[in-house]
Amino acid sequence: MLALAEAIGTRVLRKIRAMGGMTIFLWASLSSAVAPPVPLRHVVKQVHFIGVKSLFVIVLTASFTGMVLGLQGYYTLRKFAAEGLLGSAVALSLIRELGPVLSALMVTGRAGSALTAEIGIMRIGEQIDALETMGIDPIRHLVSPRMLGALVSVPLLASIFDVIGILGGYLVGVKLLGLNQGVYFGQMEASVMLKDVSDGLLKSIAFGLIISWVCTFKGYHTARGAEGVSQSTTSAVVLSSVLVLIGDYLLTSVLL
Amino acid sequence: MTENDWVCRPCGLEKLPEPQGGPAIRLVDLVKALDGKKVLDGIDLDIPRQRITAVIGLSGAGKSVMLKHMIGLERPDAGRVLVDGVDLTRLSRPELYRIRRRFGMLFQGGALFDSLDVFENVAFPLREKTALGEAEIRERVHMRLAQVGLEGAGEKFPDELSGGMVRRAALARAMVMDPEILLLDEPTTGLDPIIRNSILSLICHMYHQHCFTMVMISHDIPDIFCWSHHVVVLHDGKVVLSAPAEEVFRSSDPFVRQLIHGDIAGPVHLM
Ligand SMILES: Nc1ncnc2c1ncn2[C@@H]1O[C@H](COP(=O)(O)OP(=O)(O)OP(=O)(O)O)[C@@H](O)[C@H]1O
Ligand SMILES: [Mg+2]
Repeated sequence: MLALAEAIGTRVLRKIRAMGGMTIFLWASLSSAVAPPVPLRHVVKQVHFIGVKSLFVIVLTASFTGMVLGLQGYYTLRKFAAEGLLGSAVALSLIRELGPVLSALMVTGRAGSALTAEIGIMRIGEQIDALETMGIDPIRHLVSPRMLGALVSVPLLASIFDVIGILGGYLVGVKLLGLNQGVYFGQMEASVMLKDVSDGLLKSIAFGLIISWVCTFKGYHTARGAEGVSQSTTSAVVLSSVLVLIGDYLLTSVLL
Repeated sequence: MTENDWVCRPCGLEKLPEPQGGPAIRLVDLVKALDGKKVLDGIDLDIPRQRITAVIGLSGAGKSVMLKHMIGLERPDAGRVLVDGVDLTRLSRPELYRIRRRFGMLFQGGALFDSLDVFENVAFPLREKTALGEAEIRERVHMRLAQVGLEGAGEKFPDELSGGMVRRAALARAMVMDPEILLLDEPTTGLDPIIRNSILSLICHMYHQHCFTMVMISHDIPDIFCWSHHVVVLHDGKVVLSAPAEEVFRSSDPFVRQLIHGDIAGPVHLM
């Protein structure tokens, strides 16, 4: 009995300690991200890596998501003789929900895992220690630019996702199923409010933070050996995907 | 032989400059456990100022871990690390970063940044820590690369280099800021004999120019006795002997004798 309580206690304590460590890490990287001078050159490089290089995946997933929304939406709405609302349905689900979430999940898989592996390899190759010996703060040099890069790129990618998805819905709804083009876009314009757009944007900023935070943290604390890198990459992808979905629920319930 | 009679062993006769002040680095009762195993077990050691100190010992004796303590990369479980009397274990991060500017370090694995080519690796500390112009940086980096025999390799990336080239590039990077204290973890392991001797004589040449304090881990026994003033023998996380090179070479300690001669029979049995 006592042993069980002890085992549980140890696990809980370890989890709490890990959470504390992550919070301190977040605080350190955010505060050094805003401390002047902002390493603009490094941030631009990361925007290129996280943002530009994810474009293809985002465009691909967005167009198919939009197209499937068009199909499913048309099928469902026709039951209520409300096919005319297809434009609103596609746009609102993309802008409020699917755009931010799916783009965040795609970025986690494409760029987040690479962030973890890159920093993890630097950790086990003693490159982070080498930075330390030169008197260079590795958090400021490695982590902060990646965090800023993600904070800039993820909302932009989500916006692109939204636009491409809406076009995908248009392709299916209007070009394939013969809905009136004016009705598709007219209903959309009437029902999408500025708040929908800003809520979606806020979500994707939060997701950008979650992804970069989890993935850089896991890479930074990689255990020794090549196995360490694969372990931290896997756990970074799993944890940040789960946190994105949990964060999505919490944010939606607060923002609605 | 007393401290003041030291001659520069590597170069033969020349009299050494009189060091200013006490030891450059002092380790006081240093204890460190990693993964539950005691790696450093009460290390007491003075690193003489402005001398070349060699650290020798078996593989896994704790040499690399001890070297990392000297620059504050590892925090000891107990004990102190004094650099010019300042305890590294009590410093805040910014203070630690400031004191590290006086150090140069070569890691056992090289630790080159693999996203940068050799030239940029060597230029990295200059770009990050000085306000030098591009022309000056180029000149200094090319000079260092030439010294370690890597003139043509500036545009190669670390994964295109041989193990010996990685080590030489890392040595160039460690020296590029002209540090006061140079910590070298096996600078000559894996080099062919000609390059090894030219690296050692480069180190010696640099020593005469800048008179820095140097700690060099090495497995080049007995050669290393000709290239260092002071030798520290480490075994199982403890200092067996720390004395001028001659004295260690002539020591009658059975372990030291076995290490120097590489005898299979002796106090240490591996098989
Ligand atoms: N980060 C670490 N985590 C766990 N154990 C470690 C770590 N670093 C070193 N050790 C252990 O500490 C001991 C000493 O290691 P160290 O690297 O100092 O050896 P060394 O004397 O430099 O050997 P070599 O000559 O082979 O480089 C070894 O048993 C090693 O397994
Ligand atoms: Mg070692």
